[in-house]
Amino acid sequence: MRAFTYERAPTVDAAAKAAAGNPEAKFIAGGTNLLDLMKLEIEKPSHLIDVNGLGLDTIEKTPEGGVRIGALVRNTDLAADETVRRDYALLSRALVAGASGQLRNKATTAGNLLQRTRCPYFYDPNQPCNKRQPGSGCSAIGGVTRQLGVVGVSDACIATHPSDMAVAMRALDAVVETVKPDGAERAIPIADFHRLPGDTPHIETALEQGEFITGVVLPAPVGGKQIYRKVRDRASYAFALVSIAAVIQPDGQGRVAVGGLAHKPWRVEAAESELPKGARAMASALLADSRPTEQNKFKISLTERTLGAVLSEAKG
Amino acid sequence: MQFDKPATTNPIDQLKVVGKPVHRIDGELKTTGRAMYAYEWHDPGLRYAYGYPVGSAFAKGQITSIDSAAAKKAPGVLGVVTTLDVGDLQKGKLNTAKLFGGSEIQHYHQAVAVVVAETFEQARAAAALIRVDYVREKGAFDLKAAMTNAETPDPSTEPESSAGDFRAAFAAAPVAIDAEYTTPDQSHAMMEPHASIAAWNGDEVTVWTSSQMIDWWRSDLAITLGMDKEKVHLMSPFIGGGFGGKLFLRVDAVLAAFAAKAIGRPVKVALPRPMISNNTTHRPATVQRIRIGAERDGKITAIAHESWSGDLRGGGPETAVMQTRLLYAGENRMTAMKLATLDLPEGNAMRAPGEAPGLMALEIAVDEMAEKLGMDPIEFRIKNDTQVDPENPERPFSHRDLIGCLKLGAEQFGWDQRARPATRREGNWMIGMGVAAAFRNNLVMPSGARVRLDQDGVVTVETDMTDIGTGSYTIIAQTAAEMMGVGVDKVAVQLGDSRFPVSAGSGGQFGANSATSGVYAACVKLRDAVASKLGFNSADVVFENGEVRSGNRAVALAEAAGHGGLVGEDTIEWGDLTETHQQSTFGGHFVEVGVDIATGETRIRRMLAVCAAGRILNPITARSQVIGAMTMGAGGALSEELAVDTRHGFFVNHDLAGYEVPVHADIPRQQVIFMDETDPYSSPMKAKGVGELGLCGVSAAIANAIYNATGVRVRDYPITLDKLIGDLPDVA
Repeated sequence: MRAFTYERAPTVDAAAKAAAGNPEAKFIAGGTNLLDLMKLEIEKPSHLIDVNGLGLDTIEKTPEGGVRIGALVRNTDLAADETVRRDYALLSRALVAGASGQLRNKATTAGNLLQRTRCPYFYDPNQPCNKRQPGSGCSAIGGVTRQLGVVGVSDACIATHPSDMAVAMRALDAVVETVKPDGAERAIPIADFHRLPGDTPHIETALEQGEFITGVVLPAPVGGKQIYRKVRDRASYAFALVSIAAVIQPDGQGRVAVGGLAHKPWRVEAAESELPKGARAMASALLADSRPTEQNKFKISLTERTLGAVLSEAKG
Repeated sequence: MQFDKPATTNPIDQLKVVGKPVHRIDGELKTTGRAMYAYEWHDPGLRYAYGYPVGSAFAKGQITSIDSAAAKKAPGVLGVVTTLDVGDLQKGKLNTAKLFGGSEIQHYHQAVAVVVAETFEQARAAAALIRVDYVREKGAFDLKAAMTNAETPDPSTEPESSAGDFRAAFAAAPVAIDAEYTTPDQSHAMMEPHASIAAWNGDEVTVWTSSQMIDWWRSDLAITLGMDKEKVHLMSPFIGGGFGGKLFLRVDAVLAAFAAKAIGRPVKVALPRPMISNNTTHRPATVQRIRIGAERDGKITAIAHESWSGDLRGGGPETAVMQTRLLYAGENRMTAMKLATLDLPEGNAMRAPGEAPGLMALEIAVDEMAEKLGMDPIEFRIKNDTQVDPENPERPFSHRDLIGCLKLGAEQFGWDQRARPATRREGNWMIGMGVAAAFRNNLVMPSGARVRLDQDGVVTVETDMTDIGTGSYTIIAQTAAEMMGVGVDKVAVQLGDSRFPVSAGSGGQFGANSATSGVYAACVKLRDAVASKLGFNSADVVFENGEVRSGNRAVALAEAAGHGGLVGEDTIEWGDLTETHQQSTFGGHFVEVGVDIATGETRIRRMLAVCAAGRILNPITARSQVIGAMTMGAGGALSEELAVDTRHGFFVNHDLAGYEVPVHADIPRQQVIFMDETDPYSSPMKAKGVGELGLCGVSAAIANAIYNATGVRVRDYPITLDKLIGDLPDVA
């Protein structure tokens, strides 16, 4: 870990402004991912802006009938919230499928969206990684790839996004609200929030330098059966091989977002018209452009089979 | 004391303390955080500095230069010692890969430097500034590719064995199987990292460390540092797990010693978690071929087990065929091991080396054979039980109750409820049961102890034995208490100090039986000293209730000891009973699993182990050993694998997020039953090892349960869902 300076931001504006002119500045909230990465010198911020004192820790109803989740609401609190459990059960289920109780107590809503990949080559500073050191190459391609991406991958990066929460939010059409250093506010649909790796895998989100997440808005509840099915090698404390976030309506229509496959929660709205035809048709449309490796091609059939189980559960 | 005749009745047989469920005497120290582990050792009079190790970024080659100028100028830095600075060092006798010194790199994350600073954080930050220039060399990293060049290892490893005419008998067998199995590289993944503190006093060094084998470390540290063994003092009173990963000297002790010398202050060095898998040792991967031939009635006529593994040049094979020489009858047999040269990190002992991966394969093969014969797998095992060493039939087992374990286990587990493969469903779960035999040899090692009796009647045991979480403190206290006729509360136990008599140490499941036998021997000496001082005839003296009695005379132990106290010291030595009699431990593992029909995820529902391992010295600590081992076997069956990057030659998933050991949610109800037995051939304690038995066979029982649940036979561990889903029923 390198030496860094530290400040506690008194207001959202001050936080954004403190980060504005300093590309080496980072916001810190729960710190559950950032601190680990700093110890390994994968993240090397010269300045940390502690945002824990900014409030933003409530879950409120919106005039449109949805909810606004403050950026600093802890994962544990979000999962346990009565409204969330009743109207957005998918989100609650995704949250408790992730990490551990101790981590969820610290981790925040915004921080969860911003967590970085768990690709083992990203985590080993001896190995080239375009995400860690742009232009150095991807050592994962051709290496150990069982956990890595099968769709939306590029020649520069095949990493996946590790979040469970974000997968559920993608299915729920969440919107990420931000403030820029100049005070301008933005509402970024979660579909546009995370990026595919392309040639610039180190740029992971739509956020600009200093842009600060204030909260996440969920539109009015959509009802349906809400199922989050996370598939992993051990029963807890493991990242998803594949995870399915599904909202299935009584008529068989619905939405499906998938984790563990790509650099972002993977959802193809156009494919969802296939949903009433069943898991095979849906998965085939969803993964039409997949580019798996020999080691992770099982994720294709695993996605289809898991989706099949989810659809059966939804009917039951 | 020479143990060369089967034990007769002795004071241990009273079983007033030994064999009782005594809670760990060191438990309170551990649960209250007062047990000092290596890195936590703290003497307020010393100013500790912190060393942070730097590991090689490549697997094989030569370092041409190391630039540590920037690190030396970094804040708080007190010194840097590089592998080039110290030059070539003599390697420890028990190390295969060199730990430090010189320009040659033999494996990834081999230590190349240690940076010392006032704080841990400063040392870590400065360590990132070290620049190493090197020339890489091509290496061999892929066992399957290297198998063709594998050679028969050194004769000292007994790489081959045979009896009868396997080839002819196998060809003639009416029922036969011939299958290949693989087990991956595995990491010990103990909780406490390798850690040491070194402090010099003139030309003498004291090292607080985390070691399973004090004397081995002391000797090899002296050799590596080029100094007199008598000037090395080692302390390792508490160890947070070892599993074989701390049997042999590791580099944290070497770096701490060099760093402390360089800066003239005590230095602490711990291996960072991401460095442990590649810097230290691991259980090597194996490829195993097993052939079994039998008559239609199930009698084995031919059995062969071959195993290929790899290691650095100078290393040894994973002895995966050993149990097959002893476990089942069969007149015609052969085993063989082949060793390939690989440039991966050093392969070496991990809990139940040989038997653990060997039984992972053999006990699937036995299950396959039983199915082919149309026999129940328990019946098949019973049919082929042997009471003698099948390669040397004149050598009987000292005591063998595999059949008893299997029968009792079947009854307790409800084995008769096992259904045909892929026929039992509960919702989305396909349910199956599996069984496997457990087998592990009972090894013995010389072990010394010193026992003092003081004027307060307190008995103090001193031995360099270690407690790696196993319960050594407690069973040693029980042994001394039984021998001296006092309660455990009157016994103090001091372990893990090189100033104490050399013990067996902890490994090979030889620790408990050997170390308590050493304490037994020392107590016999102390009893003699007490009797002699009181003018009692040793033969009819009784030690009971804090008193020593002879006829009508009774004297309190405290009084007998007097102001000067009394001391007994001895070492247990072993005669040829392990040669005349095959000494082993046995068990039956029973497992029920559920496999998700859609995803192929396996979750264990129930586990039972029935163990026959001689006298159980303490059912609480013994059970803890067995359930811990069953948990390790669950990891080995379902998730644990060091993933090799065969291009660059390193284990990629080198932390506890990537190397998945079981978590609580993976482990269901575990039941352990110990057979009520003694083995007088094993030791005066009549006990045998149990610390590794619980791991032997359990992974195969899980594999067999998965087969019973799904009808899919997976022969490559770990049995992850990707190896199953292609053959599971269509659910879409």
